[in-house]
Formats: sequence, structure tokens, C-alpha cells
Amino acid sequence: MKPPPFEYHAPVSVDEALAALAETGPHGKVLAGGQSLIPLLNMRLAAPSHLVDINRVGELNTIAARPGGVRVGALARHAAVERSAEAAAVLPLLRQALALVAHPVIRNRGTVVGSLVHADPSAEMPAVLALLGGSVRLARLGGEREVAAADFFTGPMESAVEPGELAVSAFFPAPPPRSGTAFQEVARRHGDYAVAGMAALVTLDEDLRIAAARVACVSVGPAPVVIDLSDACDRRPAASVPWDAVAAAVRDRIDPDGDIHATAEYRRHLTGVLAVRALKDAARNAGTEAADE
Amino acid sequence: MTTKLFGEPVQRREDARLVTGQGRYLDDLGPGALAAAFVRSPHAHARIKDIDVSAALDVEGLVAVYTWEDLPGALAEPLPLLIPHPALTHGRTAYPLAKDIVRHVGEPVVMVVAADRYLAEDACALIEVEYEFLKPVVGVEEAAQGVHLVHEDVPGNVGAHLVQEVPSREGRSAAEAIDAAPNRLEFRLDIERSASMPLEGRGVYARWDADDGSLRVYSSTQTSTSVRMAVAAKLGLPLPKVEVIAPDVGGGFGVKIVHPWPEEILVPWAARTLGREVKWTEDRREHFVSSAHERAQVQHVRVGFDDEGHVLGLDVTILHDHGAYTPYGIIVPIITSTQLLGPYKIGAYRVEFSSIYTNTVQVTPYRGAGRPQGVFCMERTLDRVAAYLGKDRTEVRAANFIGPDEFPYDQGLIFQDGRPLVYDSGNYPESLRMLKELIGWDSFPEMKARAAAEGRRIGIGIGCYVEGTGVGPYEGGHVQVTSDGRVHVSTGLTSQGQGHETVFAQIAATELGVPIERVSVVTGDTRRFGYAVGTFASRAAVMSGNAIALACRKVREKALRIAADALEADPRDLEITDGIVHVAGTPSASIPLATVAVLSNPLRYAFDEETKRATQFSGTSAPDRPPVDEGEEPGLEGRDYYSPIRSTFASGMHAAIVETDPETAEITILRYAVVHDCGKLINPMIVEGQIHGGVAQGVGGALYEKMVYDEHGQLLNASFMDFLMPYATEVPRIETAHLETPSPLNPLGVKGAGEAGVIPVSAVIASAIEDAEGIPIDRMPISPSDLHTLRLRLAG
Ligand SMILES: Cc1cc2nc3c(=O)[nH]c(=O)nc-3n(C[C@H](O)[C@H](O)[C@H](O)COP(=O)(O)OP(=O)(O)OC[C@H]3O[C@@H](n4cnc5c(N)ncnc54)[C@H](O)[C@@H]3O)c2cc1C
Repeated sequence: MKPPPFEYHAPVSVDEALAALAETGPHGKVLAGGQSLIPLLNMRLAAPSHLVDINRVGELNTIAARPGGVRVGALARHAAVERSAEAAAVLPLLRQALALVAHPVIRNRGTVVGSLVHADPSAEMPAVLALLGGSVRLARLGGEREVAAADFFTGPMESAVEPGELAVSAFFPAPPPRSGTAFQEVARRHGDYAVAGMAALVTLDEDLRIAAARVACVSVGPAPVVIDLSDACDRRPAASVPWDAVAAAVRDRIDPDGDIHATAEYRRHLTGVLAVRALKDAARNAGTEAADE
Repeated sequence: MTTKLFGEPVQRREDARLVTGQGRYLDDLGPGALAAAFVRSPHAHARIKDIDVSAALDVEGLVAVYTWEDLPGALAEPLPLLIPHPALTHGRTAYPLAKDIVRHVGEPVVMVVAADRYLAEDACALIEVEYEFLKPVVGVEEAAQGVHLVHEDVPGNVGAHLVQEVPSREGRSAAEAIDAAPNRLEFRLDIERSASMPLEGRGVYARWDADDGSLRVYSSTQTSTSVRMAVAAKLGLPLPKVEVIAPDVGGGFGVKIVHPWPEEILVPWAARTLGREVKWTEDRREHFVSSAHERAQVQHVRVGFDDEGHVLGLDVTILHDHGAYTPYGIIVPIITSTQLLGPYKIGAYRVEFSSIYTNTVQVTPYRGAGRPQGVFCMERTLDRVAAYLGKDRTEVRAANFIGPDEFPYDQGLIFQDGRPLVYDSGNYPESLRMLKELIGWDSFPEMKARAAAEGRRIGIGIGCYVEGTGVGPYEGGHVQVTSDGRVHVSTGLTSQGQGHETVFAQIAATELGVPIERVSVVTGDTRRFGYAVGTFASRAAVMSGNAIALACRKVREKALRIAADALEADPRDLEITDGIVHVAGTPSASIPLATVAVLSNPLRYAFDEETKRATQFSGTSAPDRPPVDEGEEPGLEGRDYYSPIRSTFASGMHAAIVETDPETAEITILRYAVVHDCGKLINPMIVEGQIHGGVAQGVGGALYEKMVYDEHGQLLNASFMDFLMPYATEVPRIETAHLETPSPLNPLGVKGAGEAGVIPVSAVIASAIEDAEGIPIDRMPISPSDLHTLRLRLAG
């Protein structure tokens, strides 16, 4: 379990990093927290001939929380985002989701943007970005583009990042007022990737009825599966929503696979259960939010 | 500081070193050594057509490439079959490097030696092996049909077949007793594969001294003495020219008792051939596919019982999946079939096992060594009997217990050491009483009803076991008191973190009356002690503990004789306290043990002030006697061996309360209680630690761990990402209570404690889930997804 040979680049600025990526093209790979890439290298499942290590690029180590949302730089670690009070104030979902990402030591090193680019269909942060309708900013030598979440996750472990590109930041927009969020998942062991799970967003109207409800499911498709459940919630207060119908609506919309940890049938069942739990939590949080207004 | 330390919860002396990174594990040694790496078979069953190493030869830093054809003499022969048995009619072992056929994914085919491990793996990646595919045989039931063969010359894939039968007191066979019983049940049980999975994998590091013609081998092993003999034999070296040392070993749990591993003889051979230091450190992926697994069995049970729940006849047929080879013989299924009976005396018993080859990693003992399967069988059976009769599960167990006054109790079977299965001591009714009190068995129904009222499902489970521990043939101990008053203890068996440095020092300090700080302990180093068997079967405390105690008694006896001379006293009046020999009741008439050590060794040459007392003009020796009397030896040291007539039998009972989520089917252990009897406790804290670790591994086997092979013989979860060992977060707090029924078989009255914790856990958790869900649980492990499937089946 040792990686094949590669050439190592250690840029100290975004410009240097982009130059290295431009030069190495399809043979280059960005090294961020290394929590996913290093195992792939050690198992020789990936064999890039160049590694561009961005850990010295200080300008990427940013977390900017504004009323409209949170922009997370490529070097912001899971742990830093999780602990940021400013980010949590704008978007409690970041903290709710990050607490479920792996274990503290891995969160100390792994990055939020790296997790998005890695695009594991079981990962929490892609679901968060997809639920909120956020975006990722991609830079290349001489250019930049902002890719919406809906276009960013293109398949299992596949994202829209092209050779030569560096994801410099991700933007998580804040939901409208009277909104609440939650993350619910079942993992085999504490901190494992989820067998099934989801991020949920509920927005209440002025009478505290559910005006909009949405979930983004993990581990049930090639990429996060976003499902709008506003109709299923039937514009009712949480207490009188026909939750069984909501669960059924979720189960109808997903097509999970079975694997060694769970049958497809169990994943489908579980996703319905967790959707209801997450939406109830989110509605409760939205209620608290509304009361604070 | 008192010197009576036996039985005290002395803190582990090795921990400060181990938890501050001062441990010296295999890979910490030989930083400049060449590295070995292996090309391993990617196929479960194939014939090697051609091996092309040419592309690898260009790798910078490559030193050597070896295939089977390069191996000389005994190295080219199959590895030893360590434990032959008459029933193992078709024992088969692998070649160190595959000769023409590979029989499981991970079997070593080519060995590469290079300047470092990175380069060695680069070279491995460039070696091309051409294979002709053969039909992989996967799954023990499919293999037992014998349509395709793992070994061409093993018909039906049956390596061994053994039947043991004990008739009832009235002379009925099991079949007759079952047929005549008022109630009968018949069912099938399945137990998955798991593995030892020590944090540190295997590893070997060898240094050849060409001038001296000698070899030093470090191996992360559970038996350095036996590795030494195997290496000497395979390399054709004189035994005195080979020394083997087990450094700090990061866990073994059984897998490291197997030896010699291919790497364990290939690395020393390469070191000698190349005249360079060579090291190989197993990585996790290698450990998954090229070490050993355990557990996998399918059991068919028939039981007949009366209306009180007395088992009148029991018939168990076991299909044991042995993987591709049988280097460790049939120890695992023998233990399953004998230890299955646990603390019970039953009417008539018949057990039959077939040990079946499959194209998977070989199966050798893992902590518990066949007992978890046997206990699963017996305890599931008793739960079914209780359910059938509508009786409390503990009542049915109590009805079948061997009574406290029935020891020694002969089960009428032959145990893993080839000797009769005779229990030495125990008190099972008392264990059960303690367990019921600890977990609150009798008040559980109310707790369950309260939970149900809140929409929660909880259940309680129980499991009992008896564990044969401390198997022979022997261990030895050597104890030397040097002229500085230090006590040096050594024993040949090895340590993998159990706490031997502490408990052996406690024994020596107590026996010799010296402060523990003065005692040092060395294990697993053939330079210090050449005769040993190894560390397995919960045997270290029983075997080496007693041997060290006996060696200490020799030393003490000699010390008192010498001191009696010096003090002009009767040795029978002398005591040793805090390292000082004194006349009982007269502390002023005394002599330090250090001085006794000086006097024990008549000198011509002094090397310090103290030792002048032993030189020839000091007047301390009688002129009319030789300085070393006939029958005496110089020095204050002693060596002794302990060789028991048979095993000691520890026992225990566990109970758990689990909660199952009605919606998600998640399974949570709310409480876990253990009553444990390993005879006299040397160190209760260490025993508890052993129980905790064992239960943690048991939780793995009950809820998480399995080796998932597909139909091609590929292991689908060969990493810690997908092979789910429980984290600390998955292991419940463990409540323990100790019962001490001393073993009458050995001087210290101790029994083994190392494996106990793991043994009944699957049975206990199954029992509790069954109680919570009302669904029969007949296979382990069980995941939330499995439980969900069972619920659907029940509903549909
Ligand atoms: C034991 C364990 C458990 C885990 N459990 C979870 C879990 O439960 N949930 C979860 O979501 N994750 C989990 N992870 C993964 C962890 O969150 C990773 O940190 C994350 O997926 C990748 O982030 P990273 O910074 O480590 O990226 P790296 O490993 O450095 O890179 C991952 C991939 O993204 C690319 N990349 C990274 N950053 C950029 C960038 N700025 N621009 C372009 N490409 C980039 C790399 O080239 C590589 O292909 C776990 C990891 C481990 C080791």
C-alpha cells in the first residue's frame, strides 16, 4: 500500500497552483486534505503523475459568512467550518451536517471543497450544497467559472472539475426567513459514511404552515437526489402533515442499490423513515427561527 | 511497599512505554533494511502459466526477484502441517511461493526485494503473471457437494471428518435419546467469517552475520521459539546459530500463532542469500487476503428434551469452512464440537464435523478459537427449548447445569490437547445467580413493558460458556537474582499486549518477597529462554505463571539456605521481606538478597566493593568444602517448567439488554454484564481489561464483522472501510463481577482469562434481539438491514 511514483508540486499562491495545473493537465491532481486521495494513491487505484499540493496556499483558507450565505475557501477544513460560529449563525446546516462527516481527526484535515470535488454519493456536503442550490467556483489559468450544484455532481465520484481546474471556493446560500434545516442519517458505525441519510430544508409561511419542503438524499443514487416535498406536505403545520404519504413520496423518487451493508429494499425503507425525521426536525427548527424573528 | 502483590490491581508496567510511543514494534526496527514486497494472486483458483519479471528489472533500486523455482531445498517444499490429527486425512498446506496453482486471492507468487517498500511495490506492479483460470470453489455448502475441487487429490473437498459420540448414562445413543424424548426440535444455524485483525499486522526482519554464520530474526509472532526451529529447519542452519525475538507485538488474537508464515522463512532466506538486512511489514490489504480468518460454520441441530427443559439428546452436524489450507490442523472444529457443551451435562451427545476446503483464505484460530460457534449453537438451542416450553431462559439453563459438587466432571470427549475433557472446578449456579442480580433479570419484564408503552422495543439475552484454558504441553520460567539485588525473569512465550510484564513480575515479587520495581520480565526472546510453546489458548498465566512461580520457589529455597549459613540460623526460620532475608520475628538478624546473590557465586575476581565478600580470601567459604558444593551451581538462579496433566476450565456468563429501533432496525446495546470465573485472580484490573477487549471483539462478531466473498472468490470488503470493526463508540460500558473457584490443577490455582470475553457475545446479542423482536435469530452477525429483512419476512 504505497503510491506509485509522482512528481510533487508545492505552490504557495493560487496563480502558482493554476500554472502547475495548466502545465500538467490531465496528469495532474490537486491534493487538499488528502483524506480521500491518499488512500486511493496508496491502494494504487489512482496514479496521477503529478500532485499539486494546495496546503501552502494560504489565500484559500477562508470562511466568509454573509447574510446571504457562506463562502468556503478550498483550504477550509471540515473542522474549521464546523466550529465557525459565524457560519453556523447564517447556516446551521453546515454544522449539523459536518458533525456527521467522519471522525474529528479526519475533519481536522479534510476540506469541505475537497469533499465536494470528490463527489462521493454517500458524502454529506454534496447533499448540503445540492439542497441549498449552492455553487462551486472553478479557476483555471486565465479564467474562472461558477458551476451550480445541479450541474456540478455529474456521477458517482465525478464532478464538473476539468483537468487544469482548481476549485477555489464553494458558496452555500442561506435559505429564506422562517426556514429550518436538519441532517439525519444512519451509519453502520459512528462516523461512517451513511447507509442512507439526508439534508432537509423546511420553510414556513406566516401561519407556520409548511410552505416549502425539500430533501437531498445521500447513498441512494449516483449523486445527491434532491426531492421537492412541498406538495406532499400539503401546506399544513408539521403536526398534521400526512407523514406516511411524505415517506412514500420519497421512496417513490429514489432508486437505491444494494451492497454488502444494506439491501436496496432496506435503503429505500430507511430513506423514507429518515426523510420524515429530518423534515420534522427542520420544521421544528424553522418554528424556533420564526419565533426569534 | 508491600511485596504481597498477587491478586492486587497493579497498574500495567508496560503501558507508560506503549502509550507514549516508546514501543518497539517490528516496523520500528531496521530502518535501513531492504524491503520485501509480494506479488499475490488476484484470482481465487488458477494455474500459473508464466511469470514475466522482465519489466520489473528496470526499476531503480531493485535488488532481487524470486519465484518458487528459485527456492532451494526444504524451502521449496510445502509449509509444515503444524498439528496433525488422524481425522485430518487430507491435510494440505501451501508452498512459500505458489508452485503451479494458486488457491485463494492473496496467495504469494513472487517475492521482490528492493531498496525500499515503494520501489518494491513499483517492481511488483510491473511483474506479469499469466494464469489459466480454474473453477473457484466458494461457500462451504457448495464446496461440500464436491462438484469442483480445491485440491485435485482431495475428493469432495473434505480435509477432515470426525464424529464424537457420548451415550447417555442409560446407554442410549443421541439418536435414540432424541427419538425417545417427549419434545424435539430441529434447526440450522449460520456463523459468518471474521478475523483476528490485530492493529499491527504480521512482519519479519532478518539480519545475517556472515562472519559468524548466524541469523537473527525479529518476527511479530505469538511463538518465537517455534519460529526459530522452523527457520533453522527450512534454511538448514544449526539451531544455536538462529535466534528469534518477538519485539513489542501490536496484537495477535491467534493469527500470529500460525507459523512459519511464507514471509517468515523467505525474508531470513533472502537476508542470508543477499548478505543484507531485509524486512517485510504486512499492510492491511495483505492482512485481509493472505493471513487467516475464522468462525465460518453451518450447523444442523437436533435436540430432544423433557418438559422441565432437561436436554436428553443433542445431535450437531457441522460444516466447517477451512479455506484453502490446513496448516493449523483441525483445532478450531475440534474446539467447537467439544466446548459446545459448556456448563451443561446433557443426556446423550453426538457431534460430527466435516472440514471443507474452499478457495478462500485459510481458517486458523482467532480469539475464542471455535468456541463462539459452539456456544452460539448450545445457547441458541437452550433459548429455543425455553421458548418451546414457555419457560424462563435462565430456568432451562439451571436445569442442565453441572452441580458445584460434581467436579471433576468428565464430559466423555477428547479435547484439543488430545486429552479427556474433564472440567477441574466451577460453580455455575452461583455465576447465574450473580449475573441475574447484576443485570436485573427478574425485574426486566417490567422494564420491557414500560419501554413498550413508550413505543420502544427492548430485549434481554443471556449466554453461558466454559473455556478450556492453559493447554500444555509446557512452559518454563527462569529467574535470576543478580548481585545488585535485581530479579530477572524470563519465559519463552511471547506477549502481544496482555500485560505479562506486570503479572509475571507480580508473581515473582510475591514469591521472592522483593519490591516489584526490582523485577524485570523478558518474554519471547530465544536468547533468554529457548524452550516454549507459545501464547494462545488463554495459557500464558497458567503455564508461564506457574513455571515462574516454581522457578522462584527454587531460587527462594537456595537463597534461604545461603542466608541461613551466613546468619547461622535455621532456613525454616527465615523470611524474605522487601528484598531482605531475615529471621522471622528478629528483623535485625538479616542479610539483603543482593548479598545472598553475591555469596552464591564464589569469585576469584571482585568487580566492586560488594562482591569482595565472595572472593577467596574473604573467609566466607568453609575451607573443608569445595566452593561450589556437589549438586550446587554458582549463582542465585532457578529454572523450572510447568506441564499440566490437562487444561483448566474457566467459565462465565454474560447478559445484555438491547434496543431495536422499530423503524430503522438499528440495534443498540443498552447494558452489558459479565460474570467471570478464571480461578484465582493474579491482577483483577488486567483480567477486566481482557474481558473488555474480548467483549469488544464479540460485539464485532455479533453485529458488524463478516468477510464477504463473491462467487469468484474475491473478498469484497478487504479494508477497514468495509470490514466493520466496532469503534469505541459501538462498544457498550461493560459491567463485571468476578467469581473465584481456584483450579486444583496448578500451584497458583489460576485459569486463563485471555479469550473469555469474546466467546458468548454473539449468543447473548442474538438472545436479546430475539427477545426484543420475537423473531428467531439463527445467524450472526446481524445488521439493521438483516433485521429489516427478517421483519418483512415475518410480516409477509
Ligand atoms: C475513515 C474516513 C471516513 C470518512 N467518512 C466520511 C463521511 O462520513 N462523510 C464524508 O463526507 N466524508 C468522509 N470521509 C472523507 C473526508 O471527508 C475527505 O476529507 C473528503 O472526502 C475529501 O476531502 P480532502 O480535503 O481530504 O480531499 P483530498 O483527499 O485531498 O482530495 C479528494 C479529491 O478531490 C480533489 N480535490 C480536492 N480539493 C480540490 C480542489 N480544491 N480543486 C480540485 N480538486 C480538488 C483531489 O484531487 C481528489 O481527487 C472520510 C474519510 C476517511 C479517511
